[in-house]
Amino acid sequence: MSQTVFAPWEDPNEKPLIRFRNVTKRFGEFVAIDDLTLDIYAQEFFALLGPSGCGKTTMMRMLAGFETVTEGVIELAGQDIGQVPPNERAVNMMFQSYALFPHLSVWENIAFGLKRDKKAKPEIDARVEEMLKLVRLEKFAQRKPHQISGGQRQRVALARSLAKAPKLLLLDEPLGALDKKLRQDTQFELMDIQETTGTTFVIVTHDQEEAMTVASRVAVMDEGRVIQVATPASIYEYPNSVYVADFIGDVNIIEGHASASGTEKYKLNWVDSQAPIIATSQTSFAEGQKAHLAIRPEKIRISSEKPEDAENAMQGKVLDIAYLGNLSTYHVELPGGQVIKAQTANTRRIARRDITWEDPVWISWNATAGVMLEQ
Amino acid sequence: MTRRTLLIAAPYLWLLVLFFAPFLIVLKISLSDAALAIPPYTPTIKDGVGAMFAELDFENFVFLTEDDLYWKAYFSSFRIALVSTFLTLLVGYPIAYGMAKAPDEWRATLMMLVILPFWTSFLIRVYAWMGILSNEGLLNQLLFWLGLINEPLVILNTNLAVYIGIVYTYLPFMILPIYAALDRLDPSLDEAAQDLGCTRTQAFWLVTIPLSKNGIVAGSFLVFIPALGEFVIPSLLGGSGTLMIGKVLWEEFFNNRDWPVASAVAVILLLLLIIPIVLFQRNQQKQQEAEQ
Repeated sequence: MSQTVFAPWEDPNEKPLIRFRNVTKRFGEFVAIDDLTLDIYAQEFFALLGPSGCGKTTMMRMLAGFETVTEGVIELAGQDIGQVPPNERAVNMMFQSYALFPHLSVWENIAFGLKRDKKAKPEIDARVEEMLKLVRLEKFAQRKPHQISGGQRQRVALARSLAKAPKLLLLDEPLGALDKKLRQDTQFELMDIQETTGTTFVIVTHDQEEAMTVASRVAVMDEGRVIQVATPASIYEYPNSVYVADFIGDVNIIEGHASASGTEKYKLNWVDSQAPIIATSQTSFAEGQKAHLAIRPEKIRISSEKPEDAENAMQGKVLDIAYLGNLSTYHVELPGGQVIKAQTANTRRIARRDITWEDPVWISWNATAGVMLEQ
Repeated sequence: MTRRTLLIAAPYLWLLVLFFAPFLIVLKISLSDAALAIPPYTPTIKDGVGAMFAELDFENFVFLTEDDLYWKAYFSSFRIALVSTFLTLLVGYPIAYGMAKAPDEWRATLMMLVILPFWTSFLIRVYAWMGILSNEGLLNQLLFWLGLINEPLVILNTNLAVYIGIVYTYLPFMILPIYAALDRLDPSLDEAAQDLGCTRTQAFWLVTIPLSKNGIVAGSFLVFIPALGEFVIPSLLGGSGTLMIGKVLWEEFFNNRDWPVASAVAVILLLLLIIPIVLFQRNQQKQQEAEQ
């Protein structure tokens, strides 16, 4: 049983649904979006991820039509949408504040967009019922927004923005206002709904875990530029820069100078007190070029005995332990004062854990465990 | 008594002493007869408590129904108050809307400008309007100078001047509650309406107006209630044809020195005002409940 992997971005014949072509947006002197080019394909669940002020919300508002483009072109299904007002775009948005109309019932909120299209009454009724069913709110149709819970409001907002069956749905921090537990459940619900409706979703979030969970592809942004666009797995495993590696998840960044050591293999000279680190790299580095090794804590093993087979091993002592329940992160201080984070799954009960504060330990990893980055 | 009950009792005591007690006195006078005496009515406390209450009757209230001047004055006041409330709304809403949409750094200044007229005496401001609206006034001079008119426009001493006066005086009472309502609106509501297919105009009528309804209602009552009993504006700006109950009341008291009839007029006016005041209170209460 083989399943085709959904990856339209790898097919050169596929036409993107949305194209940003050299888009720049300035607010006075401030450059919010800087010469940005990006393709998003139909049925993608695309996440714009970045710290606040990175331009992700501006991008979304340009797609919705609330901001104009200063330079460049945004195309939706091959059409330049620069001059199309928001009410004439086949794009709907779910607002961060949900923006439910407080004077209208849940039913009327969902029907709002359909009524503007002057659809026949039975058609509107049927569509609203369908939407209520999709978000499991049939019982609350006659309530006002202030009479339902935050999670229910979030679902009304989703139903309202999906009611007109837009080509593209924009979600601005859709889960930001929910508590953690509800957020996790809702993430899966969002993915289900996206799959059922087949709508293209573009989500804006600053929560990297959320982006990784829901998205087919993630664009990591900083200061109006897209730094990397890739699937969640490749963003995590193969970040293209220290910025991305650092922004997504926990990482150790080791700075040093590269020197070749066989094909696609380098030695990283980092401190005099330690042996050079051996790491593989697809990208080539010149002799003595500055390089950063990004290595995830969970890729580093920690043991009380010196490991036999590891390509990189060094001794240190445990400085701190962050116990997260399922995982523990050990901060290991090397003799030179550098601190390396190593993470292990707590497969044993805490009483039987053999490593504790101030213990001398060995940390080790393979040459393929980390990624070498130029910047 | 605890501090808490004292604290709650204070406003009630205030109302009792400064509103309810004077009202009882006015009510008592309205049930008395006019007399050439000081005070100009009878019976008074000097006649003994028993006699004072025994001689009270509803004669003056009956008189109010017999002379059509009074109900005409009530009706005319009602109409003038209603029309000027509507005009104030027409002028005030766009101003409040503009303020709510203005950049943050401008808002405090705009708010100041709205409140600024209160720094000058109300009476002086109404006199100033006489200077503007009279036949040789600033407005007519300007229009002459612009060549728009040959004959002076007669505005002063007409109902139009009263409308202008009321709209001008009570405008801040309309603007402030509407501004407060609009300011609280999440701007993304308007965007959501547009996103769902509304033009800007549709979004305004379907979302902004219904959601500022409480501000509109509050502002309208704040203008309507004092306008109904208004005395200074109709007597300074209005003409002989301007019939308003506040003016009638004043004339009964000071020209006719008929305190009992004047008191009866005042009692009826109060009873008429209670209806909009109760409606206003209910609106405020509903608003508070909706916000919880």
